[in-house]
Amino acid sequence: MLVLLNGRESDLPEGMTVADLIAQKNLRPGTLLVELNGELVKQDAWPDIVLKEEDRLEILRFVGGG
Amino acid sequence: MICLSFYEVFLRYKNMDFERFFAGVTGADVRQAMAGARLKPLDFLTLLAPAAEEHLEEIARRAHSLTVQYFGRTILLYTPLYLANYCVNQCVYCGFRSGNDLARKKLTVAEVEAEARAIAATGLKHILILTGESRSESPVSYIRECVQVLKKYFTAISIEIYPLEEAEYAGLVDAGVDGMTIYQEVYDEDVYAAMHPAGPKRNYRFRLEAPDRACRAGMRSMNTGALLGLHDWRPEAFFAGLHADYLQNKYPDVEVSISPPRLRPHLGGYPPRVEVTDMNLVQFMVAFRLFMPRGGITVSTRERAGLRDRLVRLGATRMSAGSCTAVGGRTAGESTGQFEISDERDVAAMASMLYEQGYQPLYKDWQYIG
Amino acid sequence: MHDPLLIGGREIKNRLFLGTGKFSSNRLIPKVVEASGAQVVTVALRRVDLDFEEENVATYVPGDCVLMPNTSGARNAREAVRIARLARAAGCGNWVKVEVISDNRYLLPDNYETLKATEILAAEGFVVLPYMSPDLMVAKAMVEAGAAAVMPLGSPIGSNRGLRTKELVRILIEEIPLPVIVDAGIGRPSEAAEAMEMGAAAVLVNTAIATAADPVAMGRAFGMAVAAGRTAHLSGLGEVRLCAEASSPLTGFLRSDE
Repeated sequence: MLVLLNGRESDLPEGMTVADLIAQKNLRPGTLLVELNGELVKQDAWPDIVLKEEDRLEILRFVGGG
Repeated sequence: MICLSFYEVFLRYKNMDFERFFAGVTGADVRQAMAGARLKPLDFLTLLAPAAEEHLEEIARRAHSLTVQYFGRTILLYTPLYLANYCVNQCVYCGFRSGNDLARKKLTVAEVEAEARAIAATGLKHILILTGESRSESPVSYIRECVQVLKKYFTAISIEIYPLEEAEYAGLVDAGVDGMTIYQEVYDEDVYAAMHPAGPKRNYRFRLEAPDRACRAGMRSMNTGALLGLHDWRPEAFFAGLHADYLQNKYPDVEVSISPPRLRPHLGGYPPRVEVTDMNLVQFMVAFRLFMPRGGITVSTRERAGLRDRLVRLGATRMSAGSCTAVGGRTAGESTGQFEISDERDVAAMASMLYEQGYQPLYKDWQYIG
Repeated sequence: MHDPLLIGGREIKNRLFLGTGKFSSNRLIPKVVEASGAQVVTVALRRVDLDFEEENVATYVPGDCVLMPNTSGARNAREAVRIARLARAAGCGNWVKVEVISDNRYLLPDNYETLKATEILAAEGFVVLPYMSPDLMVAKAMVEAGAAAVMPLGSPIGSNRGLRTKELVRILIEEIPLPVIVDAGIGRPSEAAEAMEMGAAAVLVNTAIATAADPVAMGRAFGMAVAAGRTAHLSGLGEVRLCAEASSPLTGFLRSDE
């Protein structure tokens, strides 16, 4: 299925959860923010959220800034 | 954040021990107060202290320099036109008070036009129209009618009348009024009550907040002040300055100015309760100039010619000329004025005096379009 | 002397705010915080690069600091509000520096969009510190909108040109009843001191520290400069005296009979 991930179209397997995606991309969970369709998803909810066609997902983190 | 009324500012200082404050002011304090780019209220009060008199020349030079910087070497000339002297108030210090024996008169629209023609012939373009407080004899509708006529002769019309409601001010602004003068007379509430024993003028707050109503209604310039001589002049000058500062902060687009009128001989002869010397007057003007560098200072013909000449270089920005404080006094001859005039010079004489001092008389600073 | 800076109901102990961008390594950040004494530290929010593992800068900010996420990247109010809400939802506290920039040549802030975002976020209970061009009328509107402070720029971000907007910042300090924090463009400790002498409540410095040859030492220098400038402001700078002259041409007449 096609999901918009950080602004780019990505083809992801059906039934994939947010937690699965984070693991697959080899990202460290504790440092991230996940926003799904405009709403923040807390880390403990990641295993329960199943991604759907046309979801808009943003994976963000804090960086240095002025 | 922004105060709803000047009364809130007034309350902050009204119970201040001014005597004690003044007693503690040193020369160093005065110099420090002068040094800032933006004076705070207590800096202004410091410059009004007796201890500042010794430094008057230094303060005056800075005031002169600021006035030239922000206003140039110019003085705007205007004249008062009394439309009617009917009055229901009993202000103890006023020649027009209800109960005084004088001929009550109100100009007809035709008479207003005759006066206007006579005044316009002298070259003046700014006019100040005055009435006593009488909603039956000189209601807002009458004033509005007069304004319609005056618009033909003058490019800027100011009113000095009784306090109105905001909608009434809006109506007059719509008719062509762009400025207003209103004096609180005296800021001390107890003295105010004693000076105004009867009539609508007893309402201190309604008068105090009239400038706010007028500014909200679109008045472009606002001139306030206290009648010096009714109460200790230093605290009164302080409140007058604070009031102007409050109005400038709250209505940044309005041109704010003050007048420092001193009580003059008048019918009824109420004497000044406090003496206000020439030096006091000068101190008020120069201290105010430092407190509000862009605030106007209007000096009327209450002051004698010789003194007014000096005040040109001490912060004044507007002066009246060819004044007459009687209703119809210019065209119909003798009648009782609101107060005795000290400087009887006509427009030509005032202009001449100004040129001699290297100043330019301004006749027109404004053109009302609409 | 006790000279607290109160913002959003919180007492801030140090008037140097630190930006964390452009450092060669995030490991320097806690050292700079310690050397400078800064308590308020800004961070930004960005998309993760999915092909490349990166660190979370927030882990390098000491726990007793006030974390202030900025909304950099936002080109309008809507985007700024979204970033602020995300940061707060992520547990970042409720402070936010609203930074809305749609000018990529000079990085000058968009005052109008910043004002809109400020109003929305203040109503949602954020402690809003808007980064703005020093315009008095806009600053007054920021006060009305509920900002907790205003942050006028000294000169464009990263330019290190100091207090080019000095006169306008001075007017804000005189007229705005909120802390005025000079943010952007401060290139030297002396410029930070200058801003504090003028009466600024605090300064925010990033580039000048992060890109110095020795950022930790530069952080220390800025900390000292901010304290010096503040102390000077509180102790009352001496006035410039003009010589008095013997004659009194303007007021002499008052003392003689005329």
